[in-house]
Amino acid sequence: MADLRSPVARARGLGSAKDGTHHWWLQRVTAVALVPLVVWFAVSMLRVAPDSQAAVRAWIASPVTMVMLILAIVTGFWHAVLGIQVVIEDYVHAKGWRIGLDMAVKFAAAGLTVAGVVAIFKIAFGG
Amino acid sequence: MVEFALPANSKVDRNGATYPAPSGAKRVKSFKVYRWSPDDAKNPRVDTYEVDLDDCGPMILDALIKIKNEVDSTLTFRRSCREGVCGSCAMNIDGTNTLACTKYIDEVKGDVKIYPLPHMPVVKDLVPDLSGAYAQLATVEPWLKNDSPAPERERLQSPEERAKLDGLWECILCFSCTTSCPSYWWNGERYLGPAVLLQAYRWIIDSRDEATGERLDQLEDPFRLYRCHTIMNCTRTCPKGLNPAKAIAEIKKMMVARK
Repeated sequence: MADLRSPVARARGLGSAKDGTHHWWLQRVTAVALVPLVVWFAVSMLRVAPDSQAAVRAWIASPVTMVMLILAIVTGFWHAVLGIQVVIEDYVHAKGWRIGLDMAVKFAAAGLTVAGVVAIFKIAFGG
Repeated sequence: MVEFALPANSKVDRNGATYPAPSGAKRVKSFKVYRWSPDDAKNPRVDTYEVDLDDCGPMILDALIKIKNEVDSTLTFRRSCREGVCGSCAMNIDGTNTLACTKYIDEVKGDVKIYPLPHMPVVKDLVPDLSGAYAQLATVEPWLKNDSPAPERERLQSPEERAKLDGLWECILCFSCTTSCPSYWWNGERYLGPAVLLQAYRWIIDSRDEATGERLDQLEDPFRLYRCHTIMNCTRTCPKGLNPAKAIAEIKKMMVARK
């Protein structure tokens, strides 16, 4: 279909969404939060890697580790969802694909986040 | 999806016509120039013009004007002031968007490759269609908006307030920055691009303007503003040495500040 709208009509489009700042700011907040969390996670992994499975399970079941791991999982997936949404908006222009992919990413992230948290609880309280 | 390859009728034929330098020329430089005309059904091509630098001014624009005057009058490009204040002769020279009039031929090693500003519709040869970008500029209403009664004399500004406009008022709207930005290439229909956002910021930060909030409202949009991912192509390419990326970052900071 030929687009015979004027350049101004096209530039104005549907108007401003009056939104986007919240998304942008959350991406920064989660990024800052991930700095200590990722450092802690990497150092901890190196430290517990040689231990036996029972020792690692005991380490995961300790309250401080649980808190830090759950924070890392939630923040990590949250940040990833925000970032991948931006990548999809940048590169995927077919509307159906854009919305579908964005939904798929959000569902997958939600599923993986819950799975991660459940796994930690299972190790801590599952006996 | 984003189109990473050119459509078939946009594929460039690298072996267009060659126009040799006059015999006896000692310092010869080849200018490889993008050519496309809407008047025939042909694909774009690259023509080669050999220019005698001993008989040519020092700037890229001097060579283009010499080619048009003496060799091939069909070569089409925009130019006006020839001193970097009008922004007409913005084009892609040696892989970088800049002004033909302020770029020295000597700065380019080897052949001089000249293309129109990237990812804009081409009107002819080196002339891009900027009507979309101009319409986007119109949407930020780049003029003073003020509800207070006009004073008897000038609207006063302190030297510090005036200093905030430095690095912004110098923009000549050549759109070198906007057309260097991949975000603008992929989403130019909705993303305003660095040139227009720098202009928007020039009015947002103007102490005499009373429409700051309204201006921010208009920009607050995932596409209009937030397609900027701070890759800084705009700042690197600006032929006036300005920093559109910083202007965009300042707008984002103001968006957060008013939350």
